[in-house]
Amino acid sequence: MDIQLKQEDLVFRDEVREFLKQELNDSLLQAAVGGHVDKDTMIHWQQVLYRKGWIAPNWPKEYGGTGWTMTQKFIFENECAAHGAPMVVPFGLKMVAPVIYTFGNEEQKQRFLPGILQSTEWWCQGYSEPGAGSDLAALQTKAERDGDHYVVNGQKIWTTYAQYADWIFCLVRTDSNAKKQEGISFLLIDMKTPGIEVRKIDSIDNQHSLNEVFFDNVRVPVANRIGEENKGWTYAKYLLTHERTAIAGVAQSKRTIKTLKEMASQQLSGGQPLLEDAFFKAKLARIEVDLMALEYTELRAIASVVDGGAPGPESSILKIRGTEIQQALSELSMEVCGYYAHALNMGEPIGNDYAWDVAAKYLYGRASTIFGGSNEVQKNIIAKLVLGL
Amino acid sequence: MNFNLSEEQTILKDSVTKFISNDYDYETRSKHMKMEKGFNPATWQTFAELGWLCVPFAEDDGGIGGGPIEVMIMMEEMGKGLVLEPYFSTVILSGAVLSRAATGQQRADTLNAIIDGSKLFSLAYLEPQSRFDLFDVSTVADKNDGSYTINGRKAMVLHGGSANTFIVVARTAGQQRSEEGISLFLVNADTPGGTVKDYPTLDGHRAAEIELNNVVVPAENSLGEPGSALPVLESAAQEACLALCAEAVGMMEKLYKETVAYTKERKQFGVPIAVFQALQHRMVDMFTLHEECKSLLLRAVLSKKEGSSELPRNISALKYAVAIKGQKVAHEAIQIFGGMGMTDEMSVGMYLKRINMINTLFGDADYHLKRVMAA
Repeated sequence: MDIQLKQEDLVFRDEVREFLKQELNDSLLQAAVGGHVDKDTMIHWQQVLYRKGWIAPNWPKEYGGTGWTMTQKFIFENECAAHGAPMVVPFGLKMVAPVIYTFGNEEQKQRFLPGILQSTEWWCQGYSEPGAGSDLAALQTKAERDGDHYVVNGQKIWTTYAQYADWIFCLVRTDSNAKKQEGISFLLIDMKTPGIEVRKIDSIDNQHSLNEVFFDNVRVPVANRIGEENKGWTYAKYLLTHERTAIAGVAQSKRTIKTLKEMASQQLSGGQPLLEDAFFKAKLARIEVDLMALEYTELRAIASVVDGGAPGPESSILKIRGTEIQQALSELSMEVCGYYAHALNMGEPIGNDYAWDVAAKYLYGRASTIFGGSNEVQKNIIAKLVLGL
Repeated sequence: MNFNLSEEQTILKDSVTKFISNDYDYETRSKHMKMEKGFNPATWQTFAELGWLCVPFAEDDGGIGGGPIEVMIMMEEMGKGLVLEPYFSTVILSGAVLSRAATGQQRADTLNAIIDGSKLFSLAYLEPQSRFDLFDVSTVADKNDGSYTINGRKAMVLHGGSANTFIVVARTAGQQRSEEGISLFLVNADTPGGTVKDYPTLDGHRAAEIELNNVVVPAENSLGEPGSALPVLESAAQEACLALCAEAVGMMEKLYKETVAYTKERKQFGVPIAVFQALQHRMVDMFTLHEECKSLLLRAVLSKKEGSSELPRNISALKYAVAIKGQKVAHEAIQIFGGMGMTDEMSVGMYLKRINMINTLFGDADYHLKRVMAA
């Protein structure tokens, strides 16, 4: 047992650090801090990564992946977050692409993977419905066969960045008589197809991330179905396991702590910097201890995969504790900023230049324990699969 | 010992409850929020007609001589309705300062104007650096011949954009953090040299940053004894804490009840999610947190009524508990509502934002926990 990285990994880490220092200019760093990132900035950063050949570390090399080891992937994710790089939008690169290169046919791979790799086509995820949240398999959006097309009718909800998307990957019901997991298919739908309407959801953080997507007799070529009809649930489950990687957000939380300390050094309490306040320090230290535990939990999970094994039971707690820590940090950030955290962000700072974007992150962050399988659902899974209950 | 409301108090409570349920649903509230001032001026006049604007004032001042119980009743019910109209900033907070410091004609003019609904007041007490210390004042008022010249910056002045008159806390003597030398001035919103930057706050209310640049007011606009305003502010802050906590307790009650109702409606896996024990226990916790805060509220309110020396400690215990437990209840409500809790279509997110705002006014959890420890 030892925790040291190998020499070649240290060399790799330095290379990543050098690259990030060169490429992350102030506007990109600001974008990552500012909560809501605009599409142009996200695409700009993704294309920087693409030109370097580092946009898709998890993809197989033949499709444009990096061929990195598990440890290298971890180092890369970690360094990106630690340096404040904008998040890579996951829907194309991390969610639908693995389904396409794993279950899609040759034509689909050639049609869709380059656009995802180059960030010239933007994707969104059509899974949840008003009646199908935690119970995803209860989805009702229907696709009926009409010659070489499906006709899609129904509604998706919580569709992040649908307003920007060129394509949506959807779970649709193709057999209403089968058991609920067995009548589902996986379709790729062009957002420009007649009959699709995107409606903004007014969310508590006052930003525009979430949407509803309505389908009214939308004609989708059968050629846009991934894999077999009625096997969509299998592909979706595969995708959900991808959604749950890197969800612990250790490096992001470390960076948040750094920002939090900077804010607390500027904010006065009782005439002294809040950073020197014993109550504040104790609160921060408690979260730091939780994060120290999470960091090693994640390392244990990664080490077991590096050794060629499956992730152990410890990996199941990464999402739960990761999101709880993120929320605790965002609550503390609100507290640090005092009353100015409660001014609505209308595009300019009120009072000071650090409090104004804290609230949007705090409020949007309430969703982190709800999406991607709510923490209650995660606990059900752990109870069943890990504890055998 | 008896925790029951009197007949008059029951009538008061029923009138507010009825108004909120008939005329102030969440949709109406959302419309008020989008109005120019961020609330509905017609609703304010209705409050005047219903006699609600005079509740905390003495009969000699034209009020009904309501005490802490009456204020608690008003605020708890208004909390349930997420009322936007500036009842707290004008009637409770400015009212508390004026009824402690104003005298003679000044007293009659200001309190009458509050009670008949003709004027809105706002206390400009915070500054960008002051955080929760009422005595941390860098705004300066220099006395000239028959007038004062005020210079400084005031932060998060509640409903400052719609206030007719500000009660400005400024220093006539002493250093920035001295407890002596603090004075109060009535400053009309249109006085030359004043700049008001109006902005929305997360909870749907409004606030303003105010710059005072050589603002000249006549000496008679000084309120109370110059240089000794801190005890007035501290006493008004107690009233403010009681009122805000009552508002929060009203919201906590609404939050746990709405969450219970929602889980009976929302179906997943073919059943209402209310049947899941994991959620049932959490809703029991929400109920418990509300009951605890309600008890601390009554404890503080009754110690105020009795004039007990325990009042400061009881208020800080209450404000601390509301900060921690109120936020917890609202977080749980959003989690149990799931995605719907993240939308403005549902009111739970707005309750969270209002509870958070209350937590940052007149001292947060840590500030009051330290006071509990010290008292």
